[in-house]
Amino acid sequence: MRWLSTLAGVGAVALIVWIAEVVFNDASPAISRYGVSFVWRQAWNPTAAGGVGSFGALDFIYGTLVSSLLALLIATPMAIAIAVYLTELAPRFVRRPVAILVELLAAIPSVILGLWGIIVLGPFVANHLEPALSSVLGWIPLFSGTASPFGMLPAAIVLTIMALPIVTAVTREVFQATPRELREGAYALGATRWEMVRMVVLPVGRPGVVGAVILGLGRALGEAIAVTQVIGNTTEIKASLFSPAASMAAQIASEYQSAPTPLNQASLIYLAGILLVISLVVNLVARLYVRRVTVR
Amino acid sequence: MASLSPPAGRRLLSPSPGTARRKVVNRLMEAIATIAAVLAVGVLFLIVIDVAIKGLPAINLDFLTHNPVPFGQTGGGIADSIVGSAILIALATLLSVPVAILIAIYTSEFASPRASGAIRFALDLLNGVPTIVTGVFVFGLLVVGGQQSGWAGAIALGIVELPIVARAAQEVLDLVPRSLREAGLALGLRRWRIVLRIVLPTAAGGLITGAVLGVARVAGETAPLLLTSSIWSDLSITVNPAQAMPNIPVKIFELSESPSPSDHAQGWAAALVLILFVLVASVIARAAQERSRRRMRG
Repeated sequence: MRWLSTLAGVGAVALIVWIAEVVFNDASPAISRYGVSFVWRQAWNPTAAGGVGSFGALDFIYGTLVSSLLALLIATPMAIAIAVYLTELAPRFVRRPVAILVELLAAIPSVILGLWGIIVLGPFVANHLEPALSSVLGWIPLFSGTASPFGMLPAAIVLTIMALPIVTAVTREVFQATPRELREGAYALGATRWEMVRMVVLPVGRPGVVGAVILGLGRALGEAIAVTQVIGNTTEIKASLFSPAASMAAQIASEYQSAPTPLNQASLIYLAGILLVISLVVNLVARLYVRRVTVR
Repeated sequence: MASLSPPAGRRLLSPSPGTARRKVVNRLMEAIATIAAVLAVGVLFLIVIDVAIKGLPAINLDFLTHNPVPFGQTGGGIADSIVGSAILIALATLLSVPVAILIAIYTSEFASPRASGAIRFALDLLNGVPTIVTGVFVFGLLVVGGQQSGWAGAIALGIVELPIVARAAQEVLDLVPRSLREAGLALGLRRWRIVLRIVLPTAAGGLITGAVLGVARVAGETAPLLLTSSIWSDLSITVNPAQAMPNIPVKIFELSESPSPSDHAQGWAAALVLILFVLVASVIARAAQERSRRRMRG
């Protein structure tokens, strides 16, 4: 029993190493051809160079970062607000149900969110949201250009919905861990509820909230299916958030079946390797932050 | 000194100049927080109700019990995908749950705090690996040079399920009272017998909850299956995991990418089946988890 369970425990650690080993091994044709420069090469053309193809990750890294960061830009203030509502404002009997409902958002399968993104969200974004944004903020390059049902903006909205429950859940836990004496001290000094939150809950919980946001970022970076359904899978870097774009995970999902050459396939797997490294680092940092607050 | 105290006293009793503004700011912030919560719950209902409204018209007994029809014909159902998904999820669960429980036994019964912390950390990292990368891993391991298969799909899903179930199991095993273990030790039982006869039976309910949570999570996973079990040719029920198995998530994905409205209608119907399963499983698992947590903490 002892060694069997030890084996399982060590296996869990070994599994991560094994995943990395297999992924980078299978990516080796692309790694040996491009090396690290793959990261900043801007090319994705399977027929270039006499059929060999020419590949680089820049378009996808850009799309992954922009769509995920935009999602977290929307999700973070919302998550903090919801966490404040759940820990400070809500009547006791609604706290648990509301917390569970928000977490259920995370249970919606990504492929269904993507289906909803294609058929409901996309047309709404193209017909209402983007025209409205461009008429008000059109002078900023981000919000100019032709409205489109597929692109960075719908991808970011879908990712917001996916990241929100995770950021909220962790933030709520962090806020709940605020020492009671500090809260009561602020109230005793005559602080309003908001002043107490601003001067006690937020500063005390800050590292935990940072961790929660990074955790949400990790979730958003790795999402393949829902993003591939709505982002448009177009390899071009454009300033406008309305234009179709591409992301690392989405590209793997959309192209792996049709990758015509070994180099194309290896390049896709190289994308997976980069994605793996980024998510491991992001999750590592997030856990360290969260741990600092919730484990005492 | 005496001249200072009356104004100070008055200020204490009468509202200070900023009070009205502070109260308004407070109300405003409270309103914003409440609206954010309503909005999040609203989005959940919006999506679920949208899926229900668009999916219900296409759902009937034929849709659930018939196989798809060849390209070009109308009608047909998703029986093959329902059976395929059930088999894939069952295999993934059979593969991952025993390992997950073993890991939890190791961290809560045998490991030093250091080792136990390291494995927890590794499980969190594993949980953070994008599922498409898990798909690429299994693809590279089992599919390249051969073909897609139900086994490959089940293993990919099992890797996704493992950290979820293991973390839930760890939490449950840690809640088993120390005194029970000590009673076993006092009776002269060996560690492995304490685990088998005392710890696991006490935690059984929670372990099952953890497994349900894992099932709810992988039931909707598409990315790993896209690379391992997404290409199938015959439109009939497959029960042999040596071949690629039809499954609901990939089916929805393909229907969603299709330009045809009748495919979309089927996609919504399949989405309704999947979302109902996932939500019901999640709610049951969450409710059971809350209850057992409250009971065990007393």
